[in-house]
Amino acid sequence: MAREVTNVVVAGLGGQGVLKASDILADAAFLAGLDVKKSEIHGMSQRGGSVTSDVRFGREVLSPMVSAGEADYLVVLADDQVDSNLPALREGGVVVPAAWIDEKSLSNRRSINVALLGALSVYLALDEAIWRQAIRANLPEKLLEVNEQAFEIGKAAGRAHRAASADARSPQG
Amino acid sequence: MSGPDRMLLSGNEAVARAARNAGVALGTGYPGTPSTEILEEFSNLGGRAQWAPNEKVAFEVALGAAYAGARAVVTMKHVGLNVAADPFFTAAYTGVVGALVVVSADDPGMASSQNEQDNRRYAEAAGVPMLEPADSQEAYDFFTLAVRISERWGIPVMLRMTTRVCHSKTIVRMRPPAPPATAPHFEHDFKGRVMIPAHARPAHRRLRAKLAEVAAWNEAEGPTVTVDGDPSLGIIATGVAYVHAREAAPGARFLKPGMTYPLPIGRIRAFAAGVRRCAVIEEGDPYMADAIRAAGIAVESKAEMYRFGELNVSRVRRILSGDVSPEPAPPRGKPPQLCLGCPHRTVFETLRDLGCYVAGDIGCYTLGVLPPFEAMDSCVCMGAALGVGLGLRHVLPEAEARRVVSVIGDSTFVHSGITGLVEMIYNPPPTGHVLLILDNGTTAMTGLQEHPGTGRTLDHRPTGRVVFEDLARTLGVPNVHVVNPTEDPEAFKRLVQDSLASGQLTVIVARRPCLLAANRIRQYEQATKEGGTHGA
Repeated sequence: MAREVTNVVVAGLGGQGVLKASDILADAAFLAGLDVKKSEIHGMSQRGGSVTSDVRFGREVLSPMVSAGEADYLVVLADDQVDSNLPALREGGVVVPAAWIDEKSLSNRRSINVALLGALSVYLALDEAIWRQAIRANLPEKLLEVNEQAFEIGKAAGRAHRAASADARSPQG
Repeated sequence: MSGPDRMLLSGNEAVARAARNAGVALGTGYPGTPSTEILEEFSNLGGRAQWAPNEKVAFEVALGAAYAGARAVVTMKHVGLNVAADPFFTAAYTGVVGALVVVSADDPGMASSQNEQDNRRYAEAAGVPMLEPADSQEAYDFFTLAVRISERWGIPVMLRMTTRVCHSKTIVRMRPPAPPATAPHFEHDFKGRVMIPAHARPAHRRLRAKLAEVAAWNEAEGPTVTVDGDPSLGIIATGVAYVHAREAAPGARFLKPGMTYPLPIGRIRAFAAGVRRCAVIEEGDPYMADAIRAAGIAVESKAEMYRFGELNVSRVRRILSGDVSPEPAPPRGKPPQLCLGCPHRTVFETLRDLGCYVAGDIGCYTLGVLPPFEAMDSCVCMGAALGVGLGLRHVLPEAEARRVVSVIGDSTFVHSGITGLVEMIYNPPPTGHVLLILDNGTTAMTGLQEHPGTGRTLDHRPTGRVVFEDLARTLGVPNVHVVNPTEDPEAFKRLVQDSLASGQLTVIVARRPCLLAANRIRQYEQATKEGGTHGA
C-alpha cells in the first residue's frame, strides 16, 4: 500500500527561522488539502544550537517524525549543518542548501528560510497561490514584500540547480 | 468561539482550544517545556490563565476552583508533577465538584529536562484516571473527555502528553462547544474535603469505588481504538508510539487504549487471545506491559535498551524484530550555549576564575556547566542550589567550604528557592554562605514567561511584585547586594571574593535583563506607564 508521503527535513541553527520555514511548508500542504504532520523539538535547542523540524504530507500521514534515511528533501539554512544532517536523507534525495542562495541578492538576509522554501517549491507539486497564502499566514504584513521576493529568488535558484542536476545525469541516461 | 472547523495545530494549541471550548474558567501552571504554550494559547484565545510560583501552588489554585464547581486546568512538565505530587495524591481522595484536568507533559529523550521519568506511574500511584493522546486531534478530544469524566465521577483526571504530542502539529477538527458548567458556588463538605484521618479512610474507599466504575466505563465505552489486520501480529500501543507502530507494521492488528489508567484489561485480554503474537509498544517505562502481564496476559515487551529516549518508526521496527544490536549514534549537532552578550556569562567567568564550587539550578544558566565556563558542579531540580550548597558547606573542610556558592535564576528562586533561603537563615554553615540570584527579569529558558519577581501577570499586565532583596533582608540575611555584573566585571569579582571571605551569609542579586527579553520588557513597562495604575 503506497502512502505517497513526502518527507522534508528543515535544519539550521536556533534563531535562523527553521521553525518558521517548516510552519509555512506545513501550512502550504494543509491548504492544498493534504494530510500533514510537522514535528520539532523546542527547548535547549533555541539557545543557538542545532534545530531540525520534520514536515510530512500526503494522503495519510502516521508518524510525525521522518525516519533516518527517509527524507526526500533536506533543506539546510546553515552551511555548517549540512553534513550532520545528511543521514536524514534517503538515497537519491535532494539537499536544498543555503549555498544555493546568493545572500547579497536578498534585501534582508533573515529571509534565507523563505528563499530556500522557494527553491524547494520547484520540486513539490504545490500551487504558487497556496505558497503565497501560507507565507501570508505566517509572517507579519511588513515583512511580506521582502519574503515574497526571497521566495522568487529561491525559486530561480531551485530551477537552475534542478536543470543542472538533470543535465549532469542525462549522459548516463 | 467561532473560527475554521479544521486547523493545523500543535498538541498544546489543541488543548488550549479544547479548554476554551469546554468553558474552562481558570487555567494555572508553571512554565516548563514541553507544556508552556498551553496556558499562553489559552490566554491568547481569551481564557483566564495564570502562572503560579510553582506547580504545587498552581495545582492547589486549580483544585480550589474545582471545589467551587468550576472547570479548571493545571499544566506542567513531568518534573512539575513531582512538586505538585502532594496535593495531587490527596485531591484524588477529596475529589472535585466541577472538573480538574491535570496536564502532565512528559519529555522522553530529555529534549529539555533533567530526567525522563514516566508520569503514567503517578496516575496509578495516586489513583487518578489518565488519558494519553497520540496526536493533536486526540489531545483536543481527550481534553474534552477528561472534563466529562472529571465532572461525572467528581475526580481529577490526568492528560498525559509527551514532547512529540505537545509540539507536533497535526490536523484538528473542532467540535461543538461543551454544555456550560454550573455557576461556581460553595457548599460545606467537611467529611469530603477535610482530610483528617477519620475522613480520609472512607475517602480512600470512595476513590477506589470511583476507579472501579471508571474502569468498567473504559471497558465498555472508553476511547479505545482498534485496527483490524493480520492476526499473526497484534500490537497494543499508546500515545505517539501508536502512530510509529502503525507505520512500522502496516499489516498488523492494533489495539490502542486512550485511557491508560485504569487500563481496559478485559479488552486487552480478548485482543491478545485473538492474535498469534502480541507485542506492547510504548515509550519510556514498560508501564502497560507490566500491568498487562500482571493481569496474567502473555505479551512481548520491548528490550531494556528501548526504555531510553523517544521511540520512532525505525526503533519500533527494531523492537518488533527483536534487534538489540547497538543503534547508530544520532547526528551530533551544535550544542546550545549562553547567548553572546548574555549577562550570565560574566557571572560564570567570575566563578570559574575564582575556583568556586557551584551548586547550580535549572534554567538557561545551567549552560554555565559547558566550556568555556565549566562553572557549575550540580543541577538536580528546581531550587536545589540552596540546599545542596548548604550541605556542601556543612561538611567540607573550612578552606573548601569557603569556595561554595549557590547560583539560582529569578524564576527558579521564586519557584523553590525561597524555602532554601529560609534554611540558610535557620541552619547557617560555620563558614557562612553566598547565594547568587541571577535576575534576568524573565523565565528565559522556557520562552520568556513572567513570574512573581517581574511584577507582571501571564499576559504582561502589572501586578504585585516580589522584590528579592527586600525578601532577603526581611528574612535576616546580613549582607544583601544588588549589582549589574556586566557594568564592572572586576567590581563584581571583588564583591564575590569578599563575600566568600567574609564567613557571613550573603545574597547577591545579579540583575540585568535577558538580552532576548530586554526590548519586550521595555515595551511592557511603557504600556504600564501609559495605562496608569491598576493591579495590586
